[in-house]
Amino acid sequence: MEKATKDHAALAEAFNRDEEHVNWHDGALWWIRQKRDIAAKNIPEWEQLRETASRIKSNVLANLHDYLLEFEANLTKNGVTVHWAADAEEHNRIVYSILKAKEITQMIKSKSMLTEECHLNEYLIERGIDVINSDLGEYIQQLDNEPPSHIVLPCIHKRKEEIGEIFHEHLGTEKGVSDPTTLTRFARWHLRDAFISRRAALTGVNFAVAETGEYVVCTNEGNADMGAHLSDIQIASMGIEKIIPKKEHLGVFLRLLARSATGQPITIYSSHFKKPRPGQEMHLVLVDLGRSRQLGRPDFRDSLKCIKCGACMNTCPVYRKSGGLSYHNTISGPIGAILAPNLDMKRHADLPFASTLCGSCSNVCPVKINIHDQLYQWRQVIVQEGYAANTKVLGMKAMAWTLSSPGSYSTIGRAGRWVLNNIPFAVNNKFNPWYKQREMPDGPKESFGEWYAKNQGDNGSEKV
Amino acid sequence: MSTRESILAAVLKNQPPASPLPDLSFLKGNRQNLVSTYQAVFTSIGGNVFVVDDLAAVNARLLENFDPTKRLVTTLPDLGEPFEVLSKMANPRTFNDVELAVIEAQLAVAENGAVWLPEHRMGQRIIPYICQHLAVVVRAETIVPTLHEAYAQIGPGDYGFGAFIGGPSKTADIEQALVMGAHGPITMTVFILQ
Repeated sequence: MEKATKDHAALAEAFNRDEEHVNWHDGALWWIRQKRDIAAKNIPEWEQLRETASRIKSNVLANLHDYLLEFEANLTKNGVTVHWAADAEEHNRIVYSILKAKEITQMIKSKSMLTEECHLNEYLIERGIDVINSDLGEYIQQLDNEPPSHIVLPCIHKRKEEIGEIFHEHLGTEKGVSDPTTLTRFARWHLRDAFISRRAALTGVNFAVAETGEYVVCTNEGNADMGAHLSDIQIASMGIEKIIPKKEHLGVFLRLLARSATGQPITIYSSHFKKPRPGQEMHLVLVDLGRSRQLGRPDFRDSLKCIKCGACMNTCPVYRKSGGLSYHNTISGPIGAILAPNLDMKRHADLPFASTLCGSCSNVCPVKINIHDQLYQWRQVIVQEGYAANTKVLGMKAMAWTLSSPGSYSTIGRAGRWVLNNIPFAVNNKFNPWYKQREMPDGPKESFGEWYAKNQGDNGSEKV
Repeated sequence: MSTRESILAAVLKNQPPASPLPDLSFLKGNRQNLVSTYQAVFTSIGGNVFVVDDLAAVNARLLENFDPTKRLVTTLPDLGEPFEVLSKMANPRTFNDVELAVIEAQLAVAENGAVWLPEHRMGQRIIPYICQHLAVVVRAETIVPTLHEAYAQIGPGDYGFGAFIGGPSKTADIEQALVMGAHGPITMTVFILQ
């Protein structure tokens, strides 16, 4: 599904062709950022809460080995079957084998970015198993054969008329119907049948409590619960970093999660799954998929603290104006740009550069990940490892040569000012990347160095 | 080496040096005006809330709004007619026609409007999700300020499943337009028993 043939800049350029649409997208996400601010300000100890959450996650990373063992032992005690998967292929194989053993050919899934990362749907569909994504936004994306563009708001980049058209084409709603309530009711009615008839359900995991072996799934729609409680076989897939030590820590994370994500005081449903109901089977798949490698990168391991709220995306000026799909990675936005290079540095070499390094992401992160520092640090690693784009490497080499030699610095500066003032058309054209969406400035008459030489006497006294 | 062993070995090798767990004792909510705070928050989420004296008042209020010829179920035998006391043994799929479910929460959280429902209070796990409308009875004295007090009361819990539920099912996936009743209940009403 992911199209990696174009980099972020090229995909963003395509997204920017429809200016009205980009402005709408920008505004929709900024509105959510503002709701987040109001929700955060309602809690006087908000900053201490963030700090506490960050420190709990530091403890998790430092003791992950033992917490995983504790969690596994408690799951087993609770009657849940535990599986371990090193990578996407192994994860998918495990899920398939669970379904195959019960001769199940249809599954219903709630939101799980991990299974998106693993391309589970494609894997199962190739093997004759039908999968429906039941989160409304993900369902719309699935109908349209596109990955989610945002981890919390999967189809935030689509206008309601586009969604109406998708429903008309795939589900037979009347042409031209685009009212959100009407479309949502139709999906509710349509998916009810799937919930009632499907024997297997898969959910993601928001938090996994080592102390009790329970895991918490947060939704607003109730789709994870509709699937899970009607299923004979319930499967949960989670990255190994989702562990928290104690149940009391849920109080900290659940106060932060929905406020950071959408400005709600809590998600409508925070479901604590511990034991299968009588007659039901429960499976949990613990997936590494690069997490243990990221844990070994001191500069980047804190990215594993992420609780997937999406606040960094909603606030990011680049995300808001380029759209999630331009990141060509399941997790988009600033957090995606620091997670993706760990998975495949070459393929995702462009992502840490898709940022202004303004730091807004770090300021809203509920677990205080230093996202913008890590973006900057990934740039160093990517250039050193030889994965930076050629134009960037050449540009940086030229810049390094210029800045390291005072003579060439002043010569090039003079030349630049002369060009801007005398032949502006030489830089105001499509061959200059800095001219795109910008006007080049008028060149100053002289540089500071020239002004200083003219106005400052040898004895240090001012001439003027 | 099995996958399990190799993941655990990689984690052990790569995990950073010890970092102590932070103290949580400073996290305490305000115990003033819990009922009125709860009412304000739950209403702002899109829920309905009534303060009542007894289950008879709950019954009367619900029958003003719901058709008694439809399927109305409860876990509370004292709620009276025409409510069907739901079977804990029935196949969960048989509840797809439930119009209204009435259950009682263990506690509620003033700061976020959520009620805590361990599975024995749901009757069946599917009940608060599959019904078209949900009503939850909460005793006023069980309302706590924040999730911290809630988890302190819940403790480890002897449930197989439990949930915080804070309002009607909702989605804003289509152009951020809020729609109640995505997959779960279209409305949620809380009755605070004084």
